[in-house]
Formats: sequence, structure tokens, C-alpha cells
Amino acid sequence: MASTTAPAAGATERAGDSRGGGTLYRGDLGMWSWVAHRITGVLTFFFLFAHVLDTALVRVSPNAYDKVIETYKNPIVNLFELGLVGAVLYHALNGIRVMLVDFWSKGPKYQRPMLWIILAIWVVVMIPGAYFMLERTVSNLFGGK
Amino acid sequence: MTASATSAASAQDNTSAGQDKTNAAGSRGSQPPVPEGAITITVKIRRFNTEFDDEPRWESFQVPALPTDRVLNLLHHVKWYLDGTLTFRRSCAHGICGSDAMRINGVNRLACKVLVKDLLAGGGKATTITIEPIKGLPVHKDLLVDMEPFFEAFRAVKPYLINYGQEPTRERIQSAADRERFDDTTKCILCACCTTSCPVYWTEGSYFGPAAIVNAHRFIFDSRDEAAEERLDILNDVDGVWRCRTTFNCTDACPRGIQVTKAIQEVKRALLFKRV
Repeated sequence: MASTTAPAAGATERAGDSRGGGTLYRGDLGMWSWVAHRITGVLTFFFLFAHVLDTALVRVSPNAYDKVIETYKNPIVNLFELGLVGAVLYHALNGIRVMLVDFWSKGPKYQRPMLWIILAIWVVVMIPGAYFMLERTVSNLFGGK
Repeated sequence: MTASATSAASAQDNTSAGQDKTNAAGSRGSQPPVPEGAITITVKIRRFNTEFDDEPRWESFQVPALPTDRVLNLLHHVKWYLDGTLTFRRSCAHGICGSDAMRINGVNRLACKVLVKDLLAGGGKATTITIEPIKGLPVHKDLLVDMEPFFEAFRAVKPYLINYGQEPTRERIQSAADRERFDDTTKCILCACCTTSCPVYWTEGSYFGPAAIVNAHRFIFDSRDEAAEERLDILNDVDGVWRCRTTFNCTDACPRGIQVTKAIQEVKRALLFKRV
């Protein structure tokens, strides 16, 4: 009944907006799995890029290679490694899901359950994975030895 | 009138003095009686007038609504009583013509098929409903978009019966099982909810889009039609079915419940395995 065309509120709302694109599209679960697939794919690519470069150092000299690898032995890179395993694992599992959606006639029907299954597998693998990957770093940092 | 209704009415008196000029533009002016049990809802609309605005802006309206109202009723209230310059499409208002596709609370829906009660904020909080034009098509004004690119893609897949044989004197016979194969895709009303929900279509306007593929599917899998190969050739293009990334936004958005992604996948598999 009240016609409040709040111009002040409109101005602030406009300020936080870019390119006239409006709000984020609240897409299907499948859209977010696709977004995550893209992000993990790009992250993996950047890792491979760095990995090819550092491995190629062996051709320069084994010594240089050893030096670079030595710089990797710190807790932060250890966390990166964990992130890499997480990204690759998600990308691989979701890749299987996407292939099933593409080639299995019932794939589109079960896309959501399949996403929950791959996420469950991801968690189940990542818990022991994180334990074994971080065990040494954590004990080095906080361990009493 | 209830206590809240009167206080809201007096609130209007406070604001109306300075707003009358803008709000009366083209509207019917005096407002209708507020029905028993109505709640005030903030309708936040993304508006754009190419004559005055450099870029789209948000405008909020307070609208009384019953839980059984449709979002279209809210838009009617705004246009008829608050601001007649609000522009949107609607024709049948009953989910058949497919004119009033818009982005409601972030997802593509037909305004005439979404009920207010399904959008109410929980816990007695004030409800805000956000309405934006569908994404990926040029906005002419407010919620009105240029549908031509969408229809162009639709026409490109030859969405009509093609049969090179002798025309039968009576109807073309088809078995129930054959009819069943494309039953789902006959439901399309060309509202563009699916195509404009597709992240690929937003960034790559040359993609045929889900709706065009759905309508191609309707004839590709029709036993009476003989141009399946032609349509498959068209959709084998870089901007054809292979652009689909199976985000399932289209399936979620379809107001007719068409399994859009499934239809696209069937076309993909028909191309891969030559099974029509």
C-alpha cells in the first residue's frame, strides 16, 4: 500500500553493483559443481606449469634442482600440496560424474546423487590423506621431540 | 483494517507528498482496498530506461500481498497503482504463453507461476522479492528484453515437420511408443527461462542455447520427421550441443518441467552413436 521508492537505498545498492550484471544467478547444484570443476582445473594447470619448470631444472643441473626442491620443504608448501591433492581429487571425481552424465542414459537423472557420492568419496579420501600429509609438518611444528 | 495496515497507510502519507509526481506517472492512481490477511512485501526491481539511465538501477516498492498471490500480481500492483512506467511482458498470466520469464530471487521463473507464499522469509522477517530481467539478452526497458537472438536460434534448428514423402490423405500414424520418445520436449513454450539460465549462453551468445536444442530434439526423435540428419548437422556445430557443460540450470529453470539437460544429452548421444 505504501509507495516508498527509497532513492537513498537505491543509490547505495547501485554502488555495490558492477557492469549492470545484477545479482548472482542462484543456479542448480550442477552449476556450482561446474564452477568448482573449472577452478580446480585452473589450479591444477598452474601446478603443472610450475611442476614442469622445476622438474626441467634437472636438465640445468641436479644441484639447482635439489636447491629448489629444498625450498619446498616448509609448512606452507605442505598446505599447498594438500590443496593440490584436494583439487585434483575433486576434478577427477567430478570428471567421472560429468562423463556419466554425458554417456550414461540415466546420468542426467542421477546427477545430484552422483554429486553427493563424489563429495562423500572426496571427504572419505581427504581425511586420512590430510592426516598422513600433514602429520610430519604438524609434529615438526608442535611436536615435543 | 488491522493496526499494521493503518500504520503502513500513514507511512505512505509521509512519503507520498514528494513522490506523487513520479509514482502517478501512467498509473491508475488511487489504490485498491487491501485484502484481509495481506502482508507488506518489498519488491526490489532491477530497472533500466535507456532514455534516462546510464546503467540499470534498483528500485524498491512496498506492495501488499496475500500468500496466495503470484509474483505477477505484485508487478501488476506496482504498474497499476505505484509506478505506471514499470515495463514487463505478460500475456495469458497462467503459465502457458511464456511471456513473463524473469529472474525472481536469483533464478529464472515465470512470474505467473511463482506464489508469494513460497518466497516468504522465515521467522516472521520482512520479505524482499528481487526481480531482474532474464540474463544474456539485451534489455530494452526494465524487465523487457530483446527476444530476437533467442528466436533466431530457435528458427535455425528448423522447428517444424519436414517429410519428403508422399503426403498422406489422412493423419500421419505414429505408435504410442514412438510418440513417447519426444513427449517431454513438446511441452516447450519458448519462454527463454532455460536459455537465459545457461552460464555458457551468458558469455557466448552464439551458442544455440537449451531452448533451440529442445525444439530440435522434438523433431529429431519424431518418427514422422525425415530431417533428423539436417538438424543434427546444424547442432554438430561448435555453437551447437557441444557447448553444453551440463550445469543443469536449464532443467532447474524450466517452468514446464522439461528435462532439458537430458534432451541435450540425447542429442549429443545421437550425434556420437548415430542412434536416432
